[in-house]
Amino acid sequence: MDTMDFSFTRQAAAFLIVCSCLCVSAEVSTPAGVTLLPPVQPENGPQSYPNAKKSNLPVFTINYSRIQIPFEITLWMLLASFAKVGFHVYHKITIWVPESCLLISIGLIVGGIMYSVHEEPPAVLSNSVFFLYILPPMVLESGYFMPTRPFFENIGTVFWFAVVGTLWNSIGIGISLFGICQIEAFGVQDINLQENLLFASIISAVDPVAVLTVFEDVSVNEQLYIVVFGECLFNDAVTVVLYNMFSFVAEMPVVEPVDVFLGMARFLVVGLGGMGFGILFGFVASFTTRFTSKVREIEPLFIFMYSYLAYLVAELFAISSIMAIVCCALTMKYYVEENVSQRSCTTIRHVVKMLSSISETVIFFFLGVVTITTEHEWNWGYLLFTLLFAFIWRSLGVLVLIPIINPFRTIPLNLKDQFGLAYGGLRGAISFALAFTLPESIVRKHLFVTATIAVILFTVFLQGISIRPLIELINVRRTNRKEDLINVEIHRRMMEHTMTGIEDICGQWSHFYWKDKFMKFNNRFLRRILIRDSRPESGIVALYKKLELQNAMEILDSVSGDISSAPAIVSLHEEKKGSAKPMKKFLAKDLNNMHNILSKNMYSIRQRTVAYTNKHALPNESQNREILIRRHSSIRRSFRPGSFQSTKVPKSQKYFSLPPGQSLGSKFPSARQSYADDHEATSEVGYPLRLPQSNHPRCSTSGAVMPLHRLNTLNEFPSVEVLNEKSPSHSASQDSSLPDCHFSTNNNSSADDLRNEEGEEQRPLPPSPALVAEPRNNTHGNPLLRRPQWNQKK
Amino acid sequence: METALIKYLCRFIKNKNTKTDNLILFRYSFTEWPDVKESSIEATFLQKSSRHRLMLSSLTQSAVLCVSVSSSHLLRLYERFESLDRENRGHLRKEDFQAVRELSMNPVGDRIIGSFFSPGQETVDFPSFVQVLAHFRHTENDRIRDGAQKEPANSTARRLKFVFQLYDQDRDGKISRAELLQVLREMLGMQVTEEQLQSIAERAIQEANQEANQDKDDAISFDEFRKSMEKVNIDHKMSIRFLE
Repeated sequence: MDTMDFSFTRQAAAFLIVCSCLCVSAEVSTPAGVTLLPPVQPENGPQSYPNAKKSNLPVFTINYSRIQIPFEITLWMLLASFAKVGFHVYHKITIWVPESCLLISIGLIVGGIMYSVHEEPPAVLSNSVFFLYILPPMVLESGYFMPTRPFFENIGTVFWFAVVGTLWNSIGIGISLFGICQIEAFGVQDINLQENLLFASIISAVDPVAVLTVFEDVSVNEQLYIVVFGECLFNDAVTVVLYNMFSFVAEMPVVEPVDVFLGMARFLVVGLGGMGFGILFGFVASFTTRFTSKVREIEPLFIFMYSYLAYLVAELFAISSIMAIVCCALTMKYYVEENVSQRSCTTIRHVVKMLSSISETVIFFFLGVVTITTEHEWNWGYLLFTLLFAFIWRSLGVLVLIPIINPFRTIPLNLKDQFGLAYGGLRGAISFALAFTLPESIVRKHLFVTATIAVILFTVFLQGISIRPLIELINVRRTNRKEDLINVEIHRRMMEHTMTGIEDICGQWSHFYWKDKFMKFNNRFLRRILIRDSRPESGIVALYKKLELQNAMEILDSVSGDISSAPAIVSLHEEKKGSAKPMKKFLAKDLNNMHNILSKNMYSIRQRTVAYTNKHALPNESQNREILIRRHSSIRRSFRPGSFQSTKVPKSQKYFSLPPGQSLGSKFPSARQSYADDHEATSEVGYPLRLPQSNHPRCSTSGAVMPLHRLNTLNEFPSVEVLNEKSPSHSASQDSSLPDCHFSTNNNSSADDLRNEEGEEQRPLPPSPALVAEPRNNTHGNPLLRRPQWNQKK
Repeated sequence: METALIKYLCRFIKNKNTKTDNLILFRYSFTEWPDVKESSIEATFLQKSSRHRLMLSSLTQSAVLCVSVSSSHLLRLYERFESLDRENRGHLRKEDFQAVRELSMNPVGDRIIGSFFSPGQETVDFPSFVQVLAHFRHTENDRIRDGAQKEPANSTARRLKFVFQLYDQDRDGKISRAELLQVLREMLGMQVTEEQLQSIAERAIQEANQEANQDKDDAISFDEFRKSMEKVNIDHKMSIRFLE
C-alpha cells in the first residue's frame, strides 16, 4: 500500500510537470494564441495590472486571459479523460467496439455541440505542438513497452514490413491517386504527383492500437502480434520521414531524377541517424541512472528527459526523431530498470503509459471534434478512390511482401496471419495529425484532411469493429492458454519446458551468432559501465531488485484488478478486461481460481515460440531470471519468519553461484558426492523406495528432486572459497544438531512420506537453503520447528 | 564438416571393440533421421579409415550405408555434442548437461537430463544422444518409410510417452498423485500454498479420469494421459526443426 501511495504521488508530480510543460509550450507555440500578456511573468502580475483608472484596490478580480490557454488545455484533457473513464465503466462496450471508435464518437458529439453554438475548437493542434508534445509520449510508450525478445526475433519481418511496406503503400497509393486525378470528371487535375505522394504517405501510416487490443484479447500468435506492433511503430517513423520529404518535394517546382536518389540517401541518413542518436542517448541515460541512487525522487525524470532530449536533438538535425526516441527507450530500458529502484520503475512505467494514453485520447477526441468543426472539401471521386486504394494497396502489399519474407522466417506467416495483417491496417492518430498539420501552402489541404478523416473513420469504425469477430471466425493461430482443462494445461506447460530444455541441449540458439556476441559484449562491457552494481555480485543484487520490482508489480496488479506477471506488453486498460473475461468463461469459481493460480505462477516458458521451432530463440535473460527470482523469493519467504537480518540473506544466496561444473557436493565429504552422482541414477529406478536408508549423510543431502547442480547458474563469483570453507563446518555442526533426523526410523513409510521426509531434512543443511527454497519449504513439515536452530548457528 | 562425424565414428569403432552391436545401435539411431541424402561421406569414410576397413568390411553393407545417411543435422548435433563434452571423453555425463546454463534454470531440467540416461547408465554416447533427440525431430519432410520399419521415434505416441516418463519417475506406468504434485511444485515454485497444489493435482487427476471414462484410481495412466492430450497438437508443439 505504501508503494502505491508513493508511486501515485510521483505520478501526480510528473503529470503536473508534463502538464505544465505542455501548457507553457502551448502558450509559446500557439501563434494565434490570444494576444495575451507575456506569459512568463508570474511575480509581477499585480504590478503589470496598474489600473489606469484610479480605483481602489480590487477585492476580487478575474484574470481569465492570463490562464486561458493552460486552463483550456487542461479542461480538454480532462474532458477527453472523462470520456475514457465513462465508457470503461461498462466493459462490454470496449470489448466489442474499440476505444478509439468511442473516443471519436464522443469527439463527434462534442464537435456537434460546438458547431451548433458556433464555437471554434482551440487551435491547439499545430504542427509543432503535435510533433513536440503529443507524438513523443505515444512513441515512447510503444518503444518502452516493446516486447523485446519477440521483436528481435522478428526484426527482419518487422522492418521489411515497416519500411518496404510503407514505401510500397505510399508510392502505390500516390501514383494510383495521381492517375485518378488525370480523369477530368473528378475535377482534381490540379493535384500534382508530389502532393499525391505526400497525401499517400500520410494515409499509409497505420496505427493499429485498436487492433492490438483485439489481438491481445483473443491472444493471437506472437508472430502476428509483434509484426503488427513493430510495423505500427516503425511505420510511423517511416511515414514521418516520407512526409517531411514529400512536403519538401511538394514545394519544389521541378523534381529531377537526381532528387530521387538524394531522397533515398536522405531516407537512410534520417533513419539510421535517428537510430544512432537514440542508442547514444539510451546509453547516456543508463549511465546517468547509475548515479541516482541517492536522489530517488527524480530518478524517473531522467528517463523522460533523456528520451525527450533524444527526440528533440534528432528533430534538431532533422533526422527521424521517432526512431531516436524508440531506440532510446529500447536501449535504456534494460539497464535503467536494473539501476533504478523498483518504485521509480513502477512510476516510469505508469507515467509512460499515462502520458501516451492521454496523448492518444486527446488526438482521437480531437479528431472527432475537428471532423465536425473544420471546413471540408468534399470530392466523392477522390474520397472513394482513396479508400479503395488504401485498402487495395495494403492487401496487395501483404500478399506480395509476405511471400518474399516468408522463406527467411522460421515460422512462416500463413494466409490467415496475412489476412490479419492486411485487415489490421487501421489508420489513426498519426495520419490525422499529419494531415491536419499540413502546411497551408498546399492548395488542396482541406480535401486531404477530409479524405484522411474519411479513411480513418472508415477503417477505425468498420475494420476496427469487425476485426474481432473476423479473427475469431477464421480462427487465426493463437497462443491460447485458457479454456483448457487444468490437466492439459499442466501437461502442456510441462511439454514446453521440456522443449526448451531439449533446445538448450541441442544448442539451437547458439547459431544466433550476433545475439550471442552481443550478450557477451553486454556482460563484459556495457553492463559494467552502465549498471551500478555490476560488480561480480550483480547477479544477486539484480535479482533482489527484480524480485522487489516484481512484488511491487504484483501489488499493483492486484489493485488494478488482474494479474499479469509480464506487465511489459499489457496496457493498463487491457488488464481490466482480462479480469472481466475469465469470469464469463468459467462458471465454477474454484476452477477459475485454479487456472489463475496456474497461469500466474507457473514458471513461464523461456521462449514461448518454442512450439513453432523458432531458430532465433536465444533464451531471454529476463525469463531465466524469473525462475531465479521465484526460487529466490521462496528463500526469502522461508527466512522471513525467522529473525534473520536481511543482510545475511544475500550471503546465503551465494550458493547460487558456484562455478559451473562444480557441484556443491564436491567440497563435501565424499559420501555426499557419490550420492549426488548416483541419486539421479537411482531416481531412474524408482528412487525413493530404494534409497539406502542407513546412509545417514545421504538423507540430509537428498536433493532428490532438486539436485544441487541446479545452482550452477551464475558463474561470476570469486567468493566461493569463502563459502566452501564455511560449509563443511556448518554441515558438521548441523549434523550433530539434528536430533530429529529420524530417517532410520522411517523404514516402512511410503514413498510419499519419504519424500516429505526429505523435504524436511533438507532444510537445516547449510548448502540447501538456496535449493530447498523450492516449494517444499512451506509445504511440508513444520518449518518453524527448525528455523530457530538455523538462527542459533548464525 | 563431415570429417567431424567420421572422426567420431572412427573413434567410436576404435574405442569400443564390440563392433557389431554398437554399429547397429549407431545405425539405428541414425535411421531416425531419414530425411537425408546419401552423400559422398561413405567414400570419404572408407578412404580415411582404411585402418578400420577390415573391421568395417565385416559389417553389412547396409550398416555402412546407414551410417552414410548422415545429414547436416547430425553433423550439427555432433558438433554440439562435442562442445558439451568438454573433456573430450566421447560421452556425456550429467554434469555436462548441467553445465548448460539455461538448462540448469529449467524447472524440469533435471527430469529432462534424466531422460537421456537409460536406467543404470552414467554416460550418454552420441548415438543415444541422437536417439533421444530424435523424438523431437520435425516431421515435415519425412520420407515415406517402408512399412517394415518400426514406429519412428517422433511419432505422436512416442513423444507423449517421452513426456509421460518425465512425470513417471518410478516407471510404474502411472503418474501417481505424488509424482504429479512433485512436478507441480517444480513448475509452480513457492507461490502456491500446499492446499492449492493439492487441489490442483486433485482436479487434474479427476479430469484425466473423467476424460477417459476410466477408473478413479488417483493416478493418471498413460491412456488417460494420451486421451487428455488429444486436443493438443503434439506434433506441432513437440518438434524442433534442427538446425543444419
